[in-house]
Amino acid sequence: MDLFGDLRRMNKRQLYYQVLNFAMIVSSALMIWKGLIVVTGSESPIVVVLSGSMEPAFHRGDLLFLTNFQEDPIRAGEIVVFKVEGRDIPIVHRVIKVHEKENGDIKFLTKGDNNEVDDRGLYKEGQNWLEKKDVVGRARGFLPYVGMVTIVMNDYPKFKYAVLAIMGAFVLLKRES
Amino acid sequence: MNTVLSRANSLFAFSLSVMAALTFGCFITTAFKERIVPVNIHVSRVMLENVEDFTGPRERSDLGFITFDINADLQPIFDWNVKQLFIYLSAEYATRSNTLNQVVLWDKIILRGDNPKLSLKEMKSKYFFFDDGNGLKGNRNITLTLSWNVVPNAGILPLVTGSGHISIPFPDTYKTTMSY
Repeated sequence: MDLFGDLRRMNKRQLYYQVLNFAMIVSSALMIWKGLIVVTGSESPIVVVLSGSMEPAFHRGDLLFLTNFQEDPIRAGEIVVFKVEGRDIPIVHRVIKVHEKENGDIKFLTKGDNNEVDDRGLYKEGQNWLEKKDVVGRARGFLPYVGMVTIVMNDYPKFKYAVLAIMGAFVLLKRES
Repeated sequence: MNTVLSRANSLFAFSLSVMAALTFGCFITTAFKERIVPVNIHVSRVMLENVEDFTGPRERSDLGFITFDINADLQPIFDWNVKQLFIYLSAEYATRSNTLNQVVLWDKIILRGDNPKLSLKEMKSKYFFFDDGNGLKGNRNITLTLSWNVVPNAGILPLVTGSGHISIPFPDTYKTTMSY
């Protein structure tokens, strides 16, 4: 096979180079992600919309960019991404009610634009309000469709592994020209 | 290296970069635009009750009913990078227990192509105006504002508050209607 022919023709030095190159790609991706976490203050600065509860603003597969600066107050009308105890997947919904105490303690209620009722049914049983600690980030930027790739990969794990394997093989085996 | 695969690859890569450049252009040309327009809000009736908050907390809380008119022309906000406006009427006020309260009373989605002129008469609120306690009774300063969240085709998601808000006093007793 021609693919491995490239590999066989490489000497040791070139082989190391290829491996280092691959490691470089992986670590820069990781660095960019961790760097974004530091800059935005959000534990997950880019999220993919997974449900249609914010339609027609956001559809499944749209990409959201989040920030979560502590000094930034949460206000009605904002779109927040939050986690509810007992649910793994964060939810993207709009704030419709805010009550803030003098010491800065804040409680708020959310609702999906496309839902008929507020989110109290989604919260933990007996929970009426969200607090600052539940927030993963506030939606600041929007990019359509790009997250579709992630959704396809999550829905078809075999496809994901195939893509990863092919890309890895290309980087490792293809000789730099 | 002129195989079908390599040609398809470079075609794909090129169209991807063209799309990325166009998307970025769409974002940067509209990112710094002012999206404030004048809004005219008028409240014709206010009613106050004190009932158990059946929407969740189950405590006796003040529940306000507001009848309002809104006039606004949102046409200037729209451009090539506006997919939708999420407009909402919110009440903002301070109480003894909370320094800031915001309650969304009514909202509406205006898609590109919908009629951007708002002319609402004798509207009732869409959501219950429950306070977090009993802070509506006799409250002299309940401010109503109309704001919108601009949802772009690609770009930032600004929150804008329309110029022109009104402050209304609430009645001192329950079950009374105030007309303005």
